Amino acid sequence: MKARIVWLMTAMLVPTVSLAARAWVLPSQTIVSRSGGWVTFDAAMADDLFSFNQGAMPLDGLNVSTPDGSALEPQNVARGKTRSSFDLELRAPGTYRVALATDQVMARWEEDGKPKRWRGTAAEMAANIPAGAARLEVEQMQRRVEAFVTVGAPSALKSAGGAGLELVPLQHPNDLYAGEAARFRLLLDGKPASNVEVEVLAGGTRYRAAPGSILANTDKDGVVSVTWPDAGLYWLDASVADEGATAPGVKKRRAAYNATFEVLPQ
Amino acid sequence: MKRYRSCIPLLLAAFAGAAHAGGLTLNLELPNISVAEYHRPYVAIWVEGADQSIAANLSVWYQLRGDHTKWLPDLRQWWRRGGRDLKVPVDGLTGATRPAGQHILKFDAAATPLSGLKPGKYTLMVEAVREVGGREVVRIPFEWPVKATTRASAQGSSELGAVSLTLDP
Repeated sequence: MKARIVWLMTAMLVPTVSLAARAWVLPSQTIVSRSGGWVTFDAAMADDLFSFNQGAMPLDGLNVSTPDGSALEPQNVARGKTRSSFDLELRAPGTYRVALATDQVMARWEEDGKPKRWRGTAAEMAANIPAGAARLEVEQMQRRVEAFVTVGAPSALKSAGGAGLELVPLQHPNDLYAGEAARFRLLLDGKPASNVEVEVLAGGTRYRAAPGSILANTDKDGVVSVTWPDAGLYWLDASVADEGATAPGVKKRRAAYNATFEVLPQ
Repeated sequence: MKRYRSCIPLLLAAFAGAAHAGGLTLNLELPNISVAEYHRPYVAIWVEGADQSIAANLSVWYQLRGDHTKWLPDLRQWWRRGGRDLKVPVDGLTGATRPAGQHILKFDAAATPLSGLKPGKYTLMVEAVREVGGREVVRIPFEWPVKATTRASAQGSSELGAVSLTLDP
């Protein structure tokens, strides 16, 4: 009995790997005719792709980059229980990158024998983590969740910024067709991210017995190739855990990248 | 009257001349589809080059009344291959949707857009998509320029019926 309690306590003290639900942002359409139009987006954290049945994704990191570099305000922004949503009026021709990008620090420590945790930006760390906190574990978490929408003909995408993982499409993300291969380059802090496992999962997971993941590793140039088996919505997932944190006094860093793609029939 | 009659051989000669001008004749069937809600399909007809780019746009039919260009990307192949680069309407190319039945389209080899075709292998592409219906693409390969009168055909199975192509030198 005593041994069992000790074992349980040890198990509780081992820092758990954060097993967050899948993060995605889903556009109502990815290809819009030349005159442009309204596109609505749902953002959720849910393992079922693409059913919003778990948690809403906060929209504080929402950033829309437009083809001509102009600012674009999201409209009808709403946060529900299981999804967030917003509308974008897309008129200028070209490709829009819709990103939910966050850069946060997660901390765990003990205070009077009780576990404490905090999550916030690097700038808020000093005010929220007590100096000399016992059993302090801090980790920086950089996450980027994206979707792409094109009005008229696709245009080249500018760099997303360079912090954490980002995707550089070698095949335009709004020019994907069933049976064809698409190549993407993953960058970590702006440099090719080699040997990173990339998982691609078709939407509609609820209606399949097997997940049917497509797994591939990036090569030395950070490039991965995916052949789309069928038309439909796909979710791409890649993450890196290293000691490349940029927050002061933090070593451990996890960088995650997710994107939603629409693959069209031939 | 007599004077007019004397003109007839001349007119006939003119018509015969036109009929013998080289080019491409397409006989396209839009099938009768028996459904509760029928809408005439959007249709794109183009010549595809060996690299799958659009070598010549021949016809694009869509709903002209009101702004319905929103649905042009549903002609998926045409849209990706170059429809998305085109500002519609285009004189001599775009037009209203057409009813079910046989449609005969003629394109003169000496006039645009065929006059711009370089010698090589091409595919005639016909794509149709119907609101609350399906989408279908029919392909007929051919060689350009035309050396002898050739006929080729293909059969659609849902949104398109028989498609036949006659090439005249």
